[in-house]
Amino acid sequence: MNWLRSVMLPAEGSSYAREVDTLYLFLVWLSVFFFVLIAGLMGWFVWRYRKSRSRGGPTPYITHHTGLELVWSVIPLLILIGIFFWGFHGFIKANVAPGDALEIQVTGKKWLWTFEYPNGTRSINSIHVPVGRPVKLVMSSEDVIHSFFIPSFRVKQDVLPNRYTELWFDPVKPGVHQVFCAEYCGKSHSDMMAKIYVDDQAAYEKWLEEGDEELKKMPLPELGKLIYETRGCNTCHSIDGTPGQGPSFKGIWGQQHKFADGSTAVVDANYIRKSVLEPQAQVRAGYEPIMPTFQGLLREREILAVIEYIKSLR
Amino acid sequence: MADVIAAPGQLSGGGTQEQKNYLNETKGIASWLFTVDHKRIGIMYLWAVLASFFIGGVFALLVRLELLTPKETIMSAEAYNRVFTLHGAVMVFLFIIPSIPAALGNFVLPLMLGAKDVAFPRLNLASFWIYAIGAIFAVTAMVTGGVDTGWTFYTPYSTTTSGAVSTMTFAAFILGFSSIFTGINFIATIHKLRAPGMSWYKMPLFCWSMYATSIIQVLATPVLGITLLLLIMERAFQIGIFDAKLGGDPVLFQHFFWFYSHPAVYIMILPGMAIISEIIPVFSRKTIFGYKAIAFSSVAIALVGFFVWGHHMFVSGQSVLAGAIFSFLTFLVAIPSAIKVFNWLTTMYKGQISLKTPMLYALSFLLLFAIGGLTGVFLGALSVNVHLHDTYFVVAHFHYVMMGGTVIAFLGGLHYWWPKMFGRMFNERVGAIACALVFIGFNVTFLTQFVLGSQGMPRRYYNYLDQFQPLHAFSTFGSWILGLGLLIAAVNLFSTFRKKPDAPRNPWGAATLEWQTDTPPITHNFHHTPTIDHGPYDYFPGQRKHA
Repeated sequence: MNWLRSVMLPAEGSSYAREVDTLYLFLVWLSVFFFVLIAGLMGWFVWRYRKSRSRGGPTPYITHHTGLELVWSVIPLLILIGIFFWGFHGFIKANVAPGDALEIQVTGKKWLWTFEYPNGTRSINSIHVPVGRPVKLVMSSEDVIHSFFIPSFRVKQDVLPNRYTELWFDPVKPGVHQVFCAEYCGKSHSDMMAKIYVDDQAAYEKWLEEGDEELKKMPLPELGKLIYETRGCNTCHSIDGTPGQGPSFKGIWGQQHKFADGSTAVVDANYIRKSVLEPQAQVRAGYEPIMPTFQGLLREREILAVIEYIKSLR
Repeated sequence: MADVIAAPGQLSGGGTQEQKNYLNETKGIASWLFTVDHKRIGIMYLWAVLASFFIGGVFALLVRLELLTPKETIMSAEAYNRVFTLHGAVMVFLFIIPSIPAALGNFVLPLMLGAKDVAFPRLNLASFWIYAIGAIFAVTAMVTGGVDTGWTFYTPYSTTTSGAVSTMTFAAFILGFSSIFTGINFIATIHKLRAPGMSWYKMPLFCWSMYATSIIQVLATPVLGITLLLLIMERAFQIGIFDAKLGGDPVLFQHFFWFYSHPAVYIMILPGMAIISEIIPVFSRKTIFGYKAIAFSSVAIALVGFFVWGHHMFVSGQSVLAGAIFSFLTFLVAIPSAIKVFNWLTTMYKGQISLKTPMLYALSFLLLFAIGGLTGVFLGALSVNVHLHDTYFVVAHFHYVMMGGTVIAFLGGLHYWWPKMFGRMFNERVGAIACALVFIGFNVTFLTQFVLGSQGMPRRYYNYLDQFQPLHAFSTFGSWILGLGLLIAAVNLFSTFRKKPDAPRNPWGAATLEWQTDTPPITHNFHHTPTIDHGPYDYFPGQRKHA
C-alpha cells in the first residue's frame, strides 16, 4: 500500500500523520470495492439484460425485497459507524496537545504569517522547531479568517480574528515542511505560504540566537516599520503627527526635544537607542513615564532598523 | 388501455402536429411573459437556466485555463478571484437550484399528476419574474465591480472587501423567493391536484423527490435570506453581527450560511435523483425496485439533511463535541443515498435495457454519483476531513455530486422530455457521443483533483507550487473535452428546431401520465381528466393482477 500512499499523500512529517493515512487508505480501498461492485453489477446487467437479447414478453414484476433492503442499509450503516469512531479517535488526538508542548504564537494577516517564540524571537513566514518535541501553535488573525494548513503533518485549523485557536504537531525528523493558507483571504491568498524547518536541537538553538533569515535580509527601514507595527510601538506612537500616549514619530528626527526635568536633546541615533532601552531616563515634557523597556527584546540590528525607520518619517 | 404499453418507437401517436398545443395556441412575446401555463413558465425557466449554465460554464473554462500554469496565465489574481466567485454563484443560484425543479419540474410535475396546472399558477409566474429580477441584480453585480468573496460570502472578508458584494447577496436574497414560491406550489400541487385514483404510492417517484426538495426549499431558504440581509446590513451600517471588530462573530455567519447551504445541496441533488428514478425503469422496461424505499429515502434525506451543516466547519473553531455530532449525523444521511443507488441497480436486473441517450446519462449518473458519495465518506470522517478540508479534494467531491450528479441527471432529463416539450426527436447517435465526451471529460477534469487535494493543494488558489502543475494541466485538458461534449449536446438538441416536429406521443414507451397526452401537450394538458388504472412503472399492466 506504500505506493498508493506516496502517489496520493504528501510524505509523513509527524507521528500523527500515520493515523490519518491509515484511515485514508482504508477508505480508498473501501471506495474501490463499492465502486467496482456498483459498476460491475451495472455493466453486467446492461450486457446480460440488453434489449436485443430479450425474447420480448414482459419483464418480471419484482417490486421489492425487504431482506435485500435491510442488507444494503444495515451493512453500510455499520461500516459507516465504524468509520465515524475511527475518524473521531484521530480528531481527538489532533485536538489535544500534550502538556509539555513548545508554545509558539502565530498571527495571520493579509498575506503573511508571523511567529513569536517564548523568548521574544520573531519570524515571518518561517518557523524553526526542534525535532522530537511536540509544538503547539496558538493562533489568531489581525483581519479576516485564515487557515493554517500543514499537509505533511495532516493538520489544519482556521485562524480567527476574535479568538485563539490551537493546532499541534509532533515532528519526527529534521526537514522542511510547507504551510498553506487554506481559507480564502483575497488577492494574495495563494501566496500566503510559510515554511516549517524541523531542526535538530543544536541548529534550533543557534537559530533562536541568531534570528530569522527573512528578517536578516530585510532592508533596515522596512524591518523598522515591521517592528513598529508588530512590537506594539504603534499603540502609543503615531506616524502621522497626532500625539497619542507617547509623542508621534513623524518628523522628529533632528528636532530638539524638551524633557520633563527641563533638559533638552536632539533626536539622533543615540537618543532613540536610549529611549528604547531605558525609556524612563529621558521622558519628554507633557507625557507620562509609561513606556516599557525593550532591553533584551530587540536585537541590535532591530534597534538600528527602528532608528532608520524613524529617520525615514519626514 | 392496451395490455402492453408500447415499446420505444412502436407507437406512432404523432401526426398531431397540426393540432393546437401549448406552444402554438397563442403567439407573441406577451403571451409568453404573462402566461400562467406551467409548461410555458417551465420553458422560459429552461432558457434562463441554460443561459446561466452557459455563462457559468464559460467562467469555469476560464478558471481552468488560468490554472494551466502557476502564476499568471491569462488573468490577474483579482480577476481570477472574481471569475471563480461568479462561476460558483451563477452555477448554484442561477443554474442548479432552479434547473430541475423550476424548468423540467414545472413542465413535467403537473402532467405526471394528471393535473391541468400547478396549484397556484400566478405564484408560479411570480416565481419566474422574481428569478428574472434576481438575475438582473446578479448581472449588475458582475458588471459593477464584480464580487471576489467566493460564493460562500464568508465574513469578515465579505464585509470588508470592496466590489458589488451587497448587490450580489441581494440577488441571491431575491432568487431565494423564486425558489420558495416554486416549493410552495409543488407541495400544494402534490397534495391537492393528483388525478383521481392516484394515491401517494401511485405517484411517480419524481414527485416524491420533488416533494422532499420543496420542503427543504420552503424551510431552509428563509434562513439564507435573513443571513444575507444581515450581511448587507453589516456592510451598510456596521451593525456588528459578524465582524469581530464590531463585537460580532464570523463563525456565526458560517453556521447561518451552512444551515441553508447544506440542505441546499439536497435541493440540488434530490431533483437529480428524481429524474434517475424515472429514466432507469423506462429504459429497463421493468417496474422500479423498492418504490417505498426510494420514496422514503428522499424524505429522510430532506429531514436529516437539516442537521449536518456543521460538517463544513470541522476546522472552523467549532467545538470538538459539535464536530463529533455533525460527523455522526453526516454518516447517517449517507445511508438513504446508498439505498437509492442499490434500488436503481436492482431495477435493471432482468430488465430489457436499451441504451438510449437518457439512459446513458442515467448510467453516467450512477457511476459519478457513486464516486461523489464514496468520497463524501472521506470528508465525513473527522481526522481525514481535517487534512482534506478546503483542498481540491472537496472541490472534486462536490463537483462529482453537483455536476456528475445533478447536472448529468438534468441533461438526462432534458433529453428524456425534449420530445414531449417540443415534439421533436434529437439524433440518438450524436446524443450518445456527446454523453460519452461529457463523461470522459468530466472524469479527466475532476478525478485528477482528488489526487491534487490529497497531496495538499488548497482550493481557491490563483498561484500554486510547481509540483502540482502536471495534474492541473491534465485537469484543464479534461475541461476542454467536457466543454466540447456539452457543446455537441447543445447543437444536437437545438438543431431539432430546424426540422418538422416528428416525435410520437410516447417515444420511450413510458407509463407515467405525461406520455399519455399529446406531444407537445395541449394547453390544458389532457383532453379528459386521466384516471389511474396502473402504477407509474407498470409497463405490462396485465402482470399486476397475476403477481
